Amino acid sequence: MNATVEGRLLVRYDLIRAHLTAAAAFMVVSMLGGLSYSFQLHNLYPFSGIEWLSPGRVRLVHTNMAAYGFIANAFIAGLLFAIPRLTRRPILSDALGWVIFGAWQLIMVLTIVGQLLGYGQAIEWGETPIFVDPLVMVGLVLLVINMAAPIVTTKEEGLYVSLWYFLAAFAWTGLVYFMGNYLPQFWVPGTAGAAITGLFIHDLVGLFVTPIGWGLMYFFVPMLLRKPIWSHALSLIGFWGIAFFYPMQGVHHFLFSPIPMYAQYGAVIATIAIEVVVLTVIVNFFGTLHGRAEAMRGNLAIRWFYTGMIFYGITCLQCAFHVTLTFQKIIHFTDWVVGHAHMVMFGVFGFWIFGLFVDLWPRAVGRDWVNPRLLTMHYWMTTIGLVLMIIDLTAAGLVQGFSWASLAPWSESVIASQPFWIARTFSGLLIIAGQALFLYALWITAREPAVTPSLDRAAVEAA
Amino acid sequence: MERFGANFLIAGVVTFLLGFFLQGVMPIITLRKVPVKTVEEMAANPPDSFYQLAEDYPVEFQKVYGEANPQSFAKALRTGRDVYVAEACWHCHSQFVRPVSNEDLRFGPVSTAEEYQNDMFLPHLFGTRRIGPDLIREAGKRSNDWQMAHLYDPRSVNPWSVMPGYVWFFDADRRPQERALALVAYLQWLGSWVQPGARQAAMAPAAAPAPGGAG
Ligand code: HEC
Repeated sequence: MNATVEGRLLVRYDLIRAHLTAAAAFMVVSMLGGLSYSFQLHNLYPFSGIEWLSPGRVRLVHTNMAAYGFIANAFIAGLLFAIPRLTRRPILSDALGWVIFGAWQLIMVLTIVGQLLGYGQAIEWGETPIFVDPLVMVGLVLLVINMAAPIVTTKEEGLYVSLWYFLAAFAWTGLVYFMGNYLPQFWVPGTAGAAITGLFIHDLVGLFVTPIGWGLMYFFVPMLLRKPIWSHALSLIGFWGIAFFYPMQGVHHFLFSPIPMYAQYGAVIATIAIEVVVLTVIVNFFGTLHGRAEAMRGNLAIRWFYTGMIFYGITCLQCAFHVTLTFQKIIHFTDWVVGHAHMVMFGVFGFWIFGLFVDLWPRAVGRDWVNPRLLTMHYWMTTIGLVLMIIDLTAAGLVQGFSWASLAPWSESVIASQPFWIARTFSGLLIIAGQALFLYALWITAREPAVTPSLDRAAVEAA
Repeated sequence: MERFGANFLIAGVVTFLLGFFLQGVMPIITLRKVPVKTVEEMAANPPDSFYQLAEDYPVEFQKVYGEANPQSFAKALRTGRDVYVAEACWHCHSQFVRPVSNEDLRFGPVSTAEEYQNDMFLPHLFGTRRIGPDLIREAGKRSNDWQMAHLYDPRSVNPWSVMPGYVWFFDADRRPQERALALVAYLQWLGSWVQPGARQAAMAPAAAPAPGGAG
């Protein structure tokens, strides 16, 4: 049963359901955008000649909806569940929660429309049109007020690790968004501006998505495994290491650019340092799984979470190598990096979000999964599709990089990429087919009215 | 208790500021001695290609820009940059030459920070992906006509190209409209400030790459 605090429901499942639904909807938009764009590279673009569906614009929709439509919405849903549970206090105001929900979806729609009309901003990962940026800032501030209130006023003894991450993320997100979307656009031109956009690309992943993602893992994994996190010391090292090293590596997105070399070396060193830190976090989670490994088979949410963590480990290992100048010479500007980005944004955070769905959706709609087999198929199709995509793009990146360095005509690299791009489209289709099953599973589960008023198994489990 | 929670918020702000200082403010400080030029200053001496554009497409040019002069060039540069941003050309093209991977031989002189200290690079368009070649040394590499034909239908000049065609920059008679004129003026400006011959000099030590492809 959903507990009540001072006459209010502790967890607002209706709000969670709304955010999860929006996340699924924007995931579809993002994936269709990515799929169409991939056809441009076969010269089979379906909307060729239609101005507002110009491939460049559609690509903006693809990345922005992945980050802000899919990931942000799903993370808000996760926070709406985790924070009240951890603090035993509801969010500041349910009405404000709905305002934020509405505002955020409005921002998404304005972003899509603005970008398709040609108002996308030239800030990577911050392409939300200039006129949308102030709305995002307001939305983020409201979100932080609403979500930080229960943490700041909780009467619980000591703050749990998840809340450290959430609080830090609340401080970071608005600052990062402002820095990235305003400074290089209006005040800092050229090379120094590039340093700041590099920082923004990085901080968006490192200071918004990463801390909320890990915060949710620190909450959901112990809850589902019904055992505490393995080592508190490692949790501490992980948090403070991430907080310290993550914000100082932005320039590694522009190595060998005209940005001053000391900033580039600084970024390289901080990046290698963070890999060590992140390793401690991963070790901590696998230490927690130790002895309960059968949950990987029996519990689908756990399986998504840990598969994401394996991808996380691989990306981080990858980072430590490709931040070196030796690797940069060849792989920068190639599909290798595109593979890396898909592994992080989708393989890690997307997978964690699917895990959230597996656990939260039945609570949110008050009904158990009608057909869990569909979910298993979703898992396998997504995982296999993504693994193929990553291998394919990584290999493509090497071919492109060496082709360019060899001074072969540009045509060579484009022609040599064709088979890889075809394989990428097919791997994408496999992923999308998996999502179709997933959406169907969501729909048939939600379709009927709730069988129990509010199914709340974990209220008991978590206590 | 409340103090304890505030610690994490404060830690967030402090670590952010530290990183911002090291990775964002320090480069600004290093570059502060290089004055930031305005678009008008950058457009003071339009390259020949711009006057050529007025001759190549007299009716269309006259309609949008009147005469070819520094004022109209500044306007064209701004519009050209905005179109480049609107179509997100920067997702497929970078705008800096690295000192590695033989890029100076392929594209021309390695980029320096000074080149970007002007309002045309607000926002900068460095880019992080190359599906097509780098464009910061594009000036004078191709004729205006080539650029026009290429924008309308890239495969008409390079059958293997995967670049989209931008037919909406042209009217029904395939005559360039404002966006096409501005974009070509912009492309022909990219790198026009580099000494003529610098590219050839950079190419000299190596065997010339196959014609038509290396650029
Ligand atoms: C899907 C990726 C893609 C997009 C988007 C794209 N291009 Fe290209 N571009 C290419 C490829 C690939 C080539 C090389 C083949 C060719 O010449 O068409 C190229 C070549 C070029 C060249 C010729 C460079 C040379 O001298 O060889 C120019 C100029 C150019 N693009 C400008 C643009 C502009 C301007 C835009 C935006 C309106 C744009 N591109 C958008 C992929 C792209």
